[in-house]
Amino acid sequence: MTTSVAEPVAQQAAPGEHKGFFARLWEKWPIKLAVIVVVVIWLIPTVGLLISSFRTKDAVNTSGWWTVLTSPFDFGQWTFDNYDTVLSSEGFGNAFLNSLAVTIPATIIPITIAAFAAYAFSWMEFKGRQIMFVAVVGLLVVPLQMALIPLLRLYSSGANIFGVTVFPDLDLNGTYMAVWLAHAGFGLPLAVYLLRNYIGSLPSSIIESAKLDGATHFEIFTRLIVPLSVPALASFAIFQFLWVWNDLLVALVFLGGTPDVRVVTQALQELNGSRGQDWHLLTAGAFITMVLPLTVFFALQRFFVRGLTAGSVKG
Amino acid sequence: MSDRQPETADLEDAAPEPERVIREDAPGSGVVIAGLRLLASLAVPVIGFFVLYWAFDFLRDQEANRVLLVIVALVVGVFGIFGLYVGMDQVVNRLPENVQEAVRPFVFVGPALVLLAVFLVYPAINTIWISFLDANGENWVGLENYGFVFTDEEMLRSIRNTVGWIIIVPFIAVSVGLLFAWLVDKLRRGEALAKSMIFLPMAISFVGASIVWRFVYSFRPEGFGEQIGLLNGIWTGLGFEPVSWLLEEPWNNLLLMVIMVWLQTGFAMVILSAAIKAVPDDILEAARIDGATETQVFWKVVFPSILSSVVVVTTTMVITVMKVFDIVFVMTTGQFGTEVIAERMIRWFFRLGHDGRGAAVAVVLFLAIIPIMLINVRRFRAEEAIR
Repeated sequence: MTTSVAEPVAQQAAPGEHKGFFARLWEKWPIKLAVIVVVVIWLIPTVGLLISSFRTKDAVNTSGWWTVLTSPFDFGQWTFDNYDTVLSSEGFGNAFLNSLAVTIPATIIPITIAAFAAYAFSWMEFKGRQIMFVAVVGLLVVPLQMALIPLLRLYSSGANIFGVTVFPDLDLNGTYMAVWLAHAGFGLPLAVYLLRNYIGSLPSSIIESAKLDGATHFEIFTRLIVPLSVPALASFAIFQFLWVWNDLLVALVFLGGTPDVRVVTQALQELNGSRGQDWHLLTAGAFITMVLPLTVFFALQRFFVRGLTAGSVKG
Repeated sequence: MSDRQPETADLEDAAPEPERVIREDAPGSGVVIAGLRLLASLAVPVIGFFVLYWAFDFLRDQEANRVLLVIVALVVGVFGIFGLYVGMDQVVNRLPENVQEAVRPFVFVGPALVLLAVFLVYPAINTIWISFLDANGENWVGLENYGFVFTDEEMLRSIRNTVGWIIIVPFIAVSVGLLFAWLVDKLRRGEALAKSMIFLPMAISFVGASIVWRFVYSFRPEGFGEQIGLLNGIWTGLGFEPVSWLLEEPWNNLLLMVIMVWLQTGFAMVILSAAIKAVPDDILEAARIDGATETQVFWKVVFPSILSSVVVVTTTMVITVMKVFDIVFVMTTGQFGTEVIAERMIRWFFRLGHDGRGAAVAVVLFLAIIPIMLINVRRFRAEEAIR
């Protein structure tokens, strides 16, 4: 991604490059052609979806979306009604709010908890520090499928060991809280691991001098470590945000299907089940679920790439 | 943030008592300190949890405005967690000084450990236990559920399909991603744009991607109107009969894999592109001056030097693919011979209500992931060390 920035300089620096516009366009044409073909193949499915979501029910049902390429100015076929229907009567507006209410805390909670733990693992002295850290990172191996059944039982009936209630019956199923905590737990090993790597690599001299000035660990953490760790925090935040926003499994298990709490992925999956052939609605619904992640993608691409590459080992 | 008050007050009441004990025999108070550590690391998150829960429960029963409800949920979820730490810090500050430094690390680490214990360690162990129990998780049935996993026709098909997924998807996605990264690296302009177009599907959910592709594959029997799915549009345009793609066993499996390839190629491409750029230019130039063709340069110079990245990308993708559930769930609900392991787990546990079998499938998945994850984490750490 750096090449496009460096380009003008490179052009000026190379004195032999005084070819005309068309000559340059002709250069390396097989490579350009191959790249363009792949890009077009990758984009077509999404483009088709987007176009169809703005076409009337009749238009979608009677002709393929690609026919608009020959008659784009036939305005009778264009409409915003699909979005209107999907947002109100199919409940996507509500689901969008629910998704926000699930995703934002489910991103903030694990990051906060992980950042405190990462600081302690890096800069505080205590017994068992190394063992605890290794144990936390080791939990990366556990896929979240391993946790679903017991957690669902824990939420609905608590946990009893030898007749003693160690975890009370909270009836958490179907609440945002159930999903926040589940996502926080599932995201924590990776978050601790990544943030520990970053926070642990900060120069020890700043922390030592802050200590000499009489700052407590809490002050050092909030005033020094957090501002210095913004890149790492942002990368993980974006990864976790997208992970939670795009998740269907955890929402399906812990939120249940009631329309008042369901998130966008559930709403889309249900629409697919109940009105699987109404493509004018399905395409609009699908696009609503994608709007926010795509915005994040285009606005914060650098953090996004870093977050996804770093987050790829998540369990 | 009013929720912080009561919780701080609670702990303040508890604090003076141990304080007195410590003043009486300050040097040998190891047990008390250990007790306080335990208290601080366990009690505070638990109390905080109840405060948050109460705040939310209060709202749950109200017929409140949706927007207001969501806003309150956000405030509680976002600020509650930070308030928890501020509260704990205040409590620790009130402890005698010699205890403070001993307790403080556990205030920082405690919540993470509690959360992991409740949400990963306990459930994982419990799942293994449940996998030896019957449908309701009550009676011991020994290895019966595992016997089921490895004899049931659908389960065997799901294992066969998953093996297909983990071979085909990473192979194609890594190959295309690598080829694209290598080609686009040679362009002088448009590289960033081309790469972000390939990477874009990574931002889309599996459910969203499934809808995108179900539309591409959509089918109408002949005589029931024009084909509106792209694939059948092209197919009939070439003069063939329209095909109901998702019902064509076993090819429908390949069509589902295409979705995963579409989603994951960008990931492979971004990482491999970074690796290709890290290959020193003078080595490439030297090879070219020695008369190597571009193909030779790629296979003899570039590929060996990015091999470790290729391994990381492949193993990561294998794990992602093993856990794929949403795509099959949305596209075919596991019918027409498209079952995969992770989808079977949810089906048995959630739809068919057999906890024991669901748990057994989860354990099998877990055991299959462990070796790959270990390779991956080790590689990842090595990469981090180089970076």
